[in-house]
Amino acid sequence: MPAKLILRNKTYEVPHGITIKQALKKLDIPAEEVIPTREGELVTEDTRLKDGDIIRLVDVISGG
Amino acid sequence: MRCRKCSKPAVINMRHHKLALCKEHFLEWIVEQTERFIRKYRMFTHDDKVLVAVSGGKDSLGLWDVLWRLGYQADGLYIDLGIDGGFGYSNQSKELTVAFAEERGLKLHIVDVVASYGATIPEMARLTHRGKGKPCSVCGLVKRHEMNRIARDFGYSVLATGHNLDDEAAVLFGNTLTWATGYLVRQGPVLEAVPGLARKVKPFFRFYERETAAYALLRGIKYIYDECPFSVGAKSIYYKKLLNRLEADRPGAKLQFYLGFLRAKEEGLFAQRAEEVVETLHTCPVCGQPTSAPGKCAFCRLVERVEEAKRRRELSNASS
Ligand code: SF4
Ligand SMILES: [Zn+2]
Ligand SMILES: [Zn+2]
Repeated sequence: MPAKLILRNKTYEVPHGITIKQALKKLDIPAEEVIPTREGELVTEDTRLKDGDIIRLVDVISGG
Repeated sequence: MRCRKCSKPAVINMRHHKLALCKEHFLEWIVEQTERFIRKYRMFTHDDKVLVAVSGGKDSLGLWDVLWRLGYQADGLYIDLGIDGGFGYSNQSKELTVAFAEERGLKLHIVDVVASYGATIPEMARLTHRGKGKPCSVCGLVKRHEMNRIARDFGYSVLATGHNLDDEAAVLFGNTLTWATGYLVRQGPVLEAVPGLARKVKPFFRFYERETAAYALLRGIKYIYDECPFSVGAKSIYYKKLLNRLEADRPGAKLQFYLGFLRAKEEGLFAQRAEEVVETLHTCPVCGQPTSAPGKCAFCRLVERVEEAKRRRELSNASS
């Protein structure tokens, strides 16, 4: 099973075994602009994705 | 990655500070740093009555939370702009702000733009044909005016806003692209009071947006996650993204850009321009706030035009 990254209402699948940083790079999501969380806890980008991991990315940019 | 202070698992890695921290130490760090910035930039003291402008977003609620934890006399001001956007943007953010204040027993002023001036912000923009479909310039004008009014009427010595480094760097970037010297002289973490205008400070101005968001999340602050519907396509977001591309390759680039600007200003860049700006202030005969030209200020003219437009609309409705 791959790992999932969720940003707002979009879900992305990435292979497990890579780090969140690598996954973000693959998906072209700037690491500066999101905070990764797993099961409600904040995790750093060097965290390696495990099989079936669900990472919710909290968008940090606000504008206006 | 481990916390630098206690080697528990880190919750955030701040590359520009080469600093990773666990939850406990990050929350502590934000509070300590805020206190340090307040002192370093002489923003206010424990004797000041501080009015915090709160929007229901992560930055302003986070700031209010920190000031409260530090024991400052900080009351809140929420301005209900009457923006719906299909999900009740203003209502939702107001409810979150009210709940936040109640939980902590904090005093909150609420200004209802519709009740006070007879129209929502988008309606004001439409009625006065301002902003080409975007009410942001009207919104900024009304917010500034109301913040000053409440600060003056209730005797607050300082007005605090939740602007973070990314906000400030994006504005600076925009002003630099056009070399808007009139705006550049007035940009900074502390704006001294002038007659009729409250002193303004931004205690979070050295935190990255990522840090203020992490603070709100870790503190369990319920903030409005959906953006104002009119912020879609905002220039400020575009500039933030550009700056973040730079930051990705050169950690600390955003912070350097902004702090370098403050240093240059300190050393006298724009000094001449600053004198000119101060000299040309006039007082609005209606509300008493300063304005750049003699006569009524932009806010009072806006309110007048909204009233006229509404009267005309009522007349034409009555005759048809
Ligand atoms: S995006 Fe525009 S209309 Fe919405 S709150 Fe910001 S300035 Fe006001
Ligand atoms: Zn720690
Ligand atoms: Zn006026």
